[in-house]
Amino acid sequence: MREKSETLKGIAVELCMSLGVVLAFTTAVLLLAKAPPLQGYRYLLEGSLGSWTKIAQVLTVWVPLTLCACGLQYTFRIGLWNIGVEGQVFMGAMGATAALRWGVGSEFPLLWLVLSALAGALSGGVWALLAGLLKSKGGVNEIFGGLGLNFVAQSISLWLIFGPWKRPGIASMSGTEPFPPELWLPSLEGWRVSPHALLFTVAVILGTGRLLQSTRIGLALKAVGGNVRAAPLFGLHAGRWMLLAMVLGGGLAGLAGTFQVTGVYHRLIPSISSQYGYLALLVVMLANYRLLWIPFIAFFFAALNVGSIQLPMMLQVDSSLSGVIQGALVLATLLVHGWREKAAERRDAETARRAGGERHA
Amino acid sequence: MRKRIGAWVMLACILTCAWTLQPGVAQAADEPFIFGLLLVGPYNDHGWSQAHYEGALEIEKKLPGTKMIYIDKVNPADRAGVTIPQLVDDLVSKGAKLVIANSDDMKDGLLEAAAQHPDVYFIHVSGDDVLSGKAPKNLSNLMGRMEYGKMMAGFAAALTTRTGKIGYLGPLINEETRRLAVSSYLGARYAWEKVLKKPAGDLKFQVTWIGFWFNIPGVTADPTQVMQRFFDSGYDVVISGIDTPEAVVMARQKKQQGQQVWAVPYDYKGACEGAEDVCLGVPYYNWVPGYEALIGSAMKGQWKSQWQWLGPDWKAIDNPSTSSIGFMKGPALSEKDREALETFIQDLGSGKANLFQGPLNYQDGTPFLKDGEIAKDEQIWNMKQLLQGMEGQSSAAK
Repeated sequence: MREKSETLKGIAVELCMSLGVVLAFTTAVLLLAKAPPLQGYRYLLEGSLGSWTKIAQVLTVWVPLTLCACGLQYTFRIGLWNIGVEGQVFMGAMGATAALRWGVGSEFPLLWLVLSALAGALSGGVWALLAGLLKSKGGVNEIFGGLGLNFVAQSISLWLIFGPWKRPGIASMSGTEPFPPELWLPSLEGWRVSPHALLFTVAVILGTGRLLQSTRIGLALKAVGGNVRAAPLFGLHAGRWMLLAMVLGGGLAGLAGTFQVTGVYHRLIPSISSQYGYLALLVVMLANYRLLWIPFIAFFFAALNVGSIQLPMMLQVDSSLSGVIQGALVLATLLVHGWREKAAERRDAETARRAGGERHA
Repeated sequence: MRKRIGAWVMLACILTCAWTLQPGVAQAADEPFIFGLLLVGPYNDHGWSQAHYEGALEIEKKLPGTKMIYIDKVNPADRAGVTIPQLVDDLVSKGAKLVIANSDDMKDGLLEAAAQHPDVYFIHVSGDDVLSGKAPKNLSNLMGRMEYGKMMAGFAAALTTRTGKIGYLGPLINEETRRLAVSSYLGARYAWEKVLKKPAGDLKFQVTWIGFWFNIPGVTADPTQVMQRFFDSGYDVVISGIDTPEAVVMARQKKQQGQQVWAVPYDYKGACEGAEDVCLGVPYYNWVPGYEALIGSAMKGQWKSQWQWLGPDWKAIDNPSTSSIGFMKGPALSEKDREALETFIQDLGSGKANLFQGPLNYQDGTPFLKDGEIAKDEQIWNMKQLLQGMEGQSSAAK
């Protein structure tokens, strides 16, 4: 069954059907909003890929989104729903901010940028570890544990912004006092995206692929994910591998948070995660949990996010349309996929019944 | 197989990029003067952002040759991942020669953008970077002297309250919001003492902050719930300091349930609409005079970086062409109180009533103004605390 739906033709058919559903749906929404659909699509495209600055903006979204999605590969591989990824981004951002606060005025800003990345990864990893321990020691489902920890992380960030880390004089929703430019992740002139972050993200994709495909860790994660009860038979301690997967995933989410602080906002703000954690879950689901697809789908989602700002500007249509498209795409994909699996099952059952009938005759 | 799919997807991406990267058509020489508007809330919020939006529409009529483009809901909750410099890039690439940002929160991003676009003019509304010396030459600040509008709001509230308890629905805590809450209190106390001849100690004035200019579920306190608490604990008039109309909406609900309550909305001239039976009036901003002066000077090439704090036109505070601050009296304000308010406005204009005059103490008892001392602009702008006699927090988490 699986092989059948994984053939090129199968994938192409599914993709076309999903896109068709989404296109029809989005067009209907645009028509309802009394906006010309073709123009809407054109603005979306031009607003995301129409110039190098636009592409740079898309890449600025792509970096944290891809990092989160790569992190989710580890947890999904072992069969865990790390919904706490959102909170891990928050913790990473806070860890990075904490480190950078020490580095203000230092003569070695680069050293502090590296330290902030380490602090960010560590904070995100520890936060994920907490969700993992809640599961392995406390028996709390990682979905509920993760969700709870997301709220805690967000509350801590609000408390920091309005309390200990508030700006001199005023506490403000606009976040902590911005860091001096030497503590910003360096970007190319007029580009607003850091080449270091891009290279690092590509390295993370390749590293994740290698780790999952051809190392003992990848094999163990897959084995435990495939059958938790059978893991001990292979001498695998399932709980420990789960914690490792959580830490790896959380670490990458923490790096995404670090990038939000050092590369995008240059300070800690109340919604520092930009909800990339949740969005990354959609990316991974749409990629059908396959790493190869993740960078492309993440790029597509990032382009939608960036391009959608054109809708209110040019057509007076609310930009939440991009969220509608993203959600609809995932739903449509799951729907089409499920429907085809069902249809195939029914066909198989039919064939089996007919074969049985023939034998009887 | 997988590799081949990857290659196809990559090819598709490259082709799309190549297609959209074709150079655009050059723009004509006599193009209109485009100005961009960054609104923190929705353009139709019946409050702060709508006042700016309508002011900008009016400018298109008043200054021929101008054209406005806008982006609304510019805040990290509504537009995750979007930064001010990015949006400014976008507006500039659409031809904007001047950019107006209407929230204090956009301060850092706007400074960054102003440095990156030295040939574009910037107006930061409600900021003070020009005063503090942080602003580059292409950035000006603009604000309305809403203190007067708030005094009128407080005045009307004090004349109306039956319980002697006035609530103030505050946004976040900073100098601006403190000085507006203080002004409301001073207006209320003036009416209480001078018109009603009651002792100031009998007037209760409670400020409750929600945490932002409008409700962000899960982040701010819910203004509807704050209003509910006010009305349930005997506060029968609430003055709103937030950008959205929850105060009048909630007051209206309570009124329909039979409670005698009133509210004073904020920001936008039309904020009483739909809540006539509870609305005492609304102090509002009219951005037309300020925009007209600054945009006009940019068009004529006479731009100067400046800090503008524009007040009412005392000859006619509701004149749409000249008065930056107005007070639209609401249908729920009684005839008698209406007259008293009119006299009060005249006294404010003539200087007969100066409410920022000592003796006034800060909330913690330290002196703000000595006996007879009149506050300087700078002292009011940088209001450090609430005043003695007001209840509620003077600063965020200690």
